[in-house]
Amino acid sequence: MADSTAAPAVSGGDQREAHIVVRNLTMAYGDFVLMRNLNFTVRRGDIFVIMGGSGCGKSTLLRHLIGLKEPATGEIFYRDFNFTAASVEEREAMLRRFGILYQSGALWSSMTLAENVGLPLGEFTDLNEEQIKKIASLKLALVGLKGFEDFYPSEISGGMQKRAGLARAIALDPEILFFDEPSAGLDPISSRLLDELILELRDSLGATIVVVTHELPSIFTIANNSVFLDAESRTQIATGDPHEMLAHSTDPRVRKFLTRGAEKDGAQNDHG
Amino acid sequence: MNATQLQSQPGKVLLDRSDTTLMLRLSGRWHLSRDLPSASQLVAELARQPVPRRLRFDTSGLSGWDSGLVSFLLEVETACRERGIQEDREGLPAGVRRLIELAQAVPEKEGARTGAGRAPLLERVGDWVMAYSVGMEDFLAFFGELSVALNRFVRRKARYRTIDLAEAVQQCGPEAVGIVSLIAFLVGVILAFMGAVQLSQFGASIYVADLVGIGMVRDMGAMMTAIIMSGRTGAAFAAKLGTMKVTQEIDAFTTMGISPLEFLVLPRVLALIMMMPLLCLFADLVGILGGAFVGVSMLDLSLSAYMRETISTFTFANFIGGLVKGTTYGGLIALAGCLRGFQCGNSSSAVGDAATQAVVMSIVMVVAACGAFAVAFNILRI
Repeated sequence: MADSTAAPAVSGGDQREAHIVVRNLTMAYGDFVLMRNLNFTVRRGDIFVIMGGSGCGKSTLLRHLIGLKEPATGEIFYRDFNFTAASVEEREAMLRRFGILYQSGALWSSMTLAENVGLPLGEFTDLNEEQIKKIASLKLALVGLKGFEDFYPSEISGGMQKRAGLARAIALDPEILFFDEPSAGLDPISSRLLDELILELRDSLGATIVVVTHELPSIFTIANNSVFLDAESRTQIATGDPHEMLAHSTDPRVRKFLTRGAEKDGAQNDHG
Repeated sequence: MNATQLQSQPGKVLLDRSDTTLMLRLSGRWHLSRDLPSASQLVAELARQPVPRRLRFDTSGLSGWDSGLVSFLLEVETACRERGIQEDREGLPAGVRRLIELAQAVPEKEGARTGAGRAPLLERVGDWVMAYSVGMEDFLAFFGELSVALNRFVRRKARYRTIDLAEAVQQCGPEAVGIVSLIAFLVGVILAFMGAVQLSQFGASIYVADLVGIGMVRDMGAMMTAIIMSGRTGAAFAAKLGTMKVTQEIDAFTTMGISPLEFLVLPRVLALIMMMPLLCLFADLVGILGGAFVGVSMLDLSLSAYMRETISTFTFANFIGGLVKGTTYGGLIALAGCLRGFQCGNSSSAVGDAATQAVVMSIVMVVAACGAFAVAFNILRI
C-alpha cells in the first residue's frame, strides 16, 4: 500500500492515465431519479471539482464514487478496476487507497486526534505503537496541527476539525482524495488556507483529488477539471477546466453560475 | 382629505375597468397588518365576465409598503397567469418589482408539495404496514450481520478496540448498579407488601419470603433490570450511534474498510450480554433484601427465619432460568439500541426519535421474550 507516494510529476495534456472513469451513471433514491447519463473522466493528478447548485446531487455523486451508495445504472471504474461490479473484499481493498474528508470532518468523537489518525495505520499496516504515533504526529503537522495530538475533536475549532479530518484522510498516503464541501462553515481565510493545503497535498502526495464544492473562489483556485451538474435537466451540462468553461462556455446556466449570476440570462437561478 | 390623513390611511385598492384593461389603484400604507385588503376579492373580480386582458397598476397614492404588498401582488399575479391575463408591472415601485422577480426566479420544485396533505386512513394503514415489514427485514438483516460479526469475534478476527469494550462494560455494569439496586429494592418491598396483606390473614406471613424470592429470581429481577437498562443503556446506544451517523463518523469507518458493526456494535452487544446476568443476580439479591426488610419490620419475622425460608424455596433451575432470561434480554436491548442508532436519519431530531424507538422496541421485545420464556418453562416444567 506504500507505492502511492511516489507518483511522477504531472505533465499537461491528456497523456495522463485515466484515474476515475464514470460511465452512464444514473443516481436514484428509490424511484426518484436524481441524475442520469453522467459521463466523465478524471486523470491522475487532477483536482476535479463536482459543482452545481444546492441540492442537485453533488454529495450524492461523491457517495457513489466512494461506494456508500449503489448506482441505479452505469459503472464507475478506477483505472481498469470496475468498482461497481467488484466484490465487497475487492472494494474494501480499493477503499484503503482512498482518503475521504467528510463535510463535518467526521472525526471519531471518542478518540483523540492522534488516535483518529492512527486508527487506520494500526488496522492496515504492520507498524508498532511507537511508529504509529510518529506517523500520526507527522500527518497532523502536515495540516498545521502540531501539538494537538491529545486533543479530542470537541476541544478544537471547526476549521481545525476539518484539517484533522484531512490528516486522517491522508493517513495511508492515498492515491485519491475525496473532499465533501471542504470550505463549508469556514471563514474565507481558513477556506483559502485549506485550498492552498489541497494544492500542496496534490503536488507532494501526487494524489488525484475530487472535490465537491460550490464555492467559486475555491473552484477557480484549485480545479483543473470539473463536472457541472444541473438539477433541472437532471444531468451534467458541462465538463472540463472551469477556467475554460468561464471563457468559452455558451450555456447560460453554466455562465450564470460561474459569474455568480452577473450574467442574468440563465433558466436556473442559483447564487452559488 | 389632507395629505397627512392620506399618509396614515391603511392600504386600499380600487378597481378601474375599461373594456379590456383592469387598472389597480393602490393607495395608503401597505404595511403588514390585519386590515390589508385580501386578494380573493380581486381574484373574484378578475374572473367576472368579460375577462380583462390586461392588468395595470397605478401606485401614485401609495405612501408605504412592505412584504404585505408583495404577497398580495404575488397572489394577484398567480390568478392572472391562470386566466391568461397579461400583467403590466410598469406602474409598480422598482423595489416591489425586484422582490416579485426574486420570489419567482426559482420555479417551484415539482413534487415538493406532496406529503403536505393528509393521506386517507386506508393509505396510512397500508404505509404503516409496509414500513413495518421493511423494519422487520432491516432487523433480520442487522441480526444476520451481527451474527457474522460475532462469529468473527469468536474466531478472533473481529476488529475492535479493547478500550471501547471496557468502556461499554463500565457503562452497562458498574455505572448501572445504583439505579438497579434502588429499583430492585423497591420491587422487593412492593412484592412483600402485596403478599403480606393476604398471607397474614391466614397466619402464613412466612410465605412472603417464598413469594418475594421466587418472584424476584424467576421473573421480576431480570424484567426490572431489563427495563431499566433499555431506558438507560439502550437509549444511550441509539443516541450515540445515531449521532455518529449524523456526523458521518459511521461512513468514515465504512469507507476506511473497517466494519462499523464490529467496531461499534460488537463491543456494546458483548458488554450488555456479559453484564446483564450479573446485574440480574444482583437485583435478585437486593430484591430479596427488600422483602426481608418488610418481613422483619412489619411482619415480626426474624431475619434468619426469613432467609432460611427464602433459600429453601430455590431450585437450581430457578437460578439458571433467571440468568438465561437476563442474558437474552441484554442481547435484545443492545440489538434494538444499535439497530435504531444505525437506522437513524440525518438530523438531530432523528437522533431523538432513534432513542425513543430503541426504548420502545427493546421493552416490547423484552416483554414478548418474557412471555415466550414463561410458556417454554411451563412446557419444560422448570
